[in-house]
Amino acid sequence: MTHETMKSLLGNAHTYAVDDIDTDRIIPGKYTKTLELGELARHVLEDLDPGFAARVQPGDLLVAGANFGCGSSREQAPLALKAAGVACVVARSFARIFYRNAINIGLPVVEAPGHVIETGQRVRVDLEAGTVMNDSTGQTFAATKMPDVMARILSEGGLVNYLVKYGNYQ
Amino acid sequence: MPQTLAEKIISAHAGRAVTANEIAIVRVDGAMATDATAPLAIRAFREMGGVQLWEAARHDAKRFALVIDHAAPAPNERVANLHKLMREFARETGCVLYDIGEGICHQLMMEHGHAGAGDIFTGADSHTPTLGALGAFAIGVGSTDLAGIMLTGRTWLKVPPSIRIELSGALPAGVTAKDLVLELVRQVGADGANYQSVEFAGEAVEAMTLASRTVLANMVAEMGAKAGMVEASGHPLRADPGAVYAKRIAYDVSRLRPMISLPHAPGNVQPIEAVAGRKIHYAFIGSCTNARLEDLQAAARVLRGQRVAPGVRLVIAPASKRVFNDALRDGTIETLSEAGATFITSGCGPCVGSHLGVPGDGEVVISSTNRNFKGRMGNPNAEIYLASPAVVAAAAVAGEIIDPAHLAGKPGSGGAGERLPPAPSIPAPLR
Repeated sequence: MTHETMKSLLGNAHTYAVDDIDTDRIIPGKYTKTLELGELARHVLEDLDPGFAARVQPGDLLVAGANFGCGSSREQAPLALKAAGVACVVARSFARIFYRNAINIGLPVVEAPGHVIETGQRVRVDLEAGTVMNDSTGQTFAATKMPDVMARILSEGGLVNYLVKYGNYQ
Repeated sequence: MPQTLAEKIISAHAGRAVTANEIAIVRVDGAMATDATAPLAIRAFREMGGVQLWEAARHDAKRFALVIDHAAPAPNERVANLHKLMREFARETGCVLYDIGEGICHQLMMEHGHAGAGDIFTGADSHTPTLGALGAFAIGVGSTDLAGIMLTGRTWLKVPPSIRIELSGALPAGVTAKDLVLELVRQVGADGANYQSVEFAGEAVEAMTLASRTVLANMVAEMGAKAGMVEASGHPLRADPGAVYAKRIAYDVSRLRPMISLPHAPGNVQPIEAVAGRKIHYAFIGSCTNARLEDLQAAARVLRGQRVAPGVRLVIAPASKRVFNDALRDGTIETLSEAGATFITSGCGPCVGSHLGVPGDGEVVISSTNRNFKGRMGNPNAEIYLASPAVVAAAAVAGEIIDPAHLAGKPGSGGAGERLPPAPSIPAPLR
């Protein structure tokens, strides 16, 4: 059975139309030494947009430019976004460790190099078809296909479920 | 088919010949996590049903190490309990634990032989490519990926395309591997090597010490690279002639000048003259990039017989206890301390903004570290400049950013208030 993370997602966009949003801006290093996800959520994007944590609603989408999540390997970055209710991140491109970490914790991330999405617009992401639709403008953008092994990990809801099910990498 | 270093190493670990962009499942030779990443990894490992580490690690404790370096000693009870969790896990599984003060993870992996040429090494820290100076294919992973490795001893990889950087010529006096790698980060860009592996080769690399080669491999992370490897004497690995590269860069280092990275991106690099005269408040020498013996010695050469400018603080965190002890024995520590430096525990604290040296609002920091993202050192209202240890030391003396070559005749020129008396003479000669 396909995990809910592979379903089509529909949500409101929060757009930061800049490149190179690093993991320190997603969650500052001073907050990462914790296993409490609520603590991470309270400080998510704090140095980029101090109002984001209070504004974001469950099911919203984060939209950004190129090289999103560059910098450290901290898995607390995608965890903070997920814990804050972000259902999916759409970016022109991702830094590699962030991309893997997000899939491993079951946070869908979609690379759509040509997206045109503004804050407040309704966005529909179809992970299986590999498309991102801006419902507010009617435009559709192609998403980069992820490797099969990654799609399988995401379809299980993350690497923990995947390894519990398969015992090893398939 | 001719292979790059990455293709060679991954092929040997996948049991078949692979080429760039293929997906491969590989055996992992060694792995490590820090107090910033191990607690989440341990939790994910338990959730996966993990009790013991993968089989090879059960027979060879060195294959998996935990390092307490990111917030050490513990600054508060929450971190203290995460450290306790790591110590308990090490006792239960028999893995190696490096406790507070032993040093920075990548330095310890090198000093204690956790990785070597041709190995695949995974670390839950983004500067893991540092071990590429030894010829290892060393990649940074997140906590859950690491948990998968702890459980299975394997992981999946996309075989990275490679960038070949051929470095010719000889570095001018006073110009270091840090100046060179800053220039290369500028040329390649923050995501110019994303998903790729970087190979460094050429006469300029041959001439470098291992510590300097380490600086090159370390900062491929700031180009977005998955791994960075040094091809030079000291290990047998060579890429095949005719291997296919995504990009080739040829650079003659002989005209390079001291370089500096401006706030708030490592790739925002200029020759130092561009910001000479900028007043600084705080100088830091530390991190997995530049806190080895040769770095402390370079700072000591600048600071010998000098004083840190009034109104400026100089903080130093040696890369490891071994580095500290070596620098103690050869008089480097005494020189630096007499000049006014404050020494803190070997570890990552100030670089990653955990503790032990957070800048104040509006303060200007010059640092020998690797990242100057907004908020990186714990305060989004501070500015961080990145440079070599000699440039950091020169700024500490002058109170402003300055080319160390121009320091003579200008000590303490930028500090506020009265000049302190000169330091007593330093008897111990530097090696």
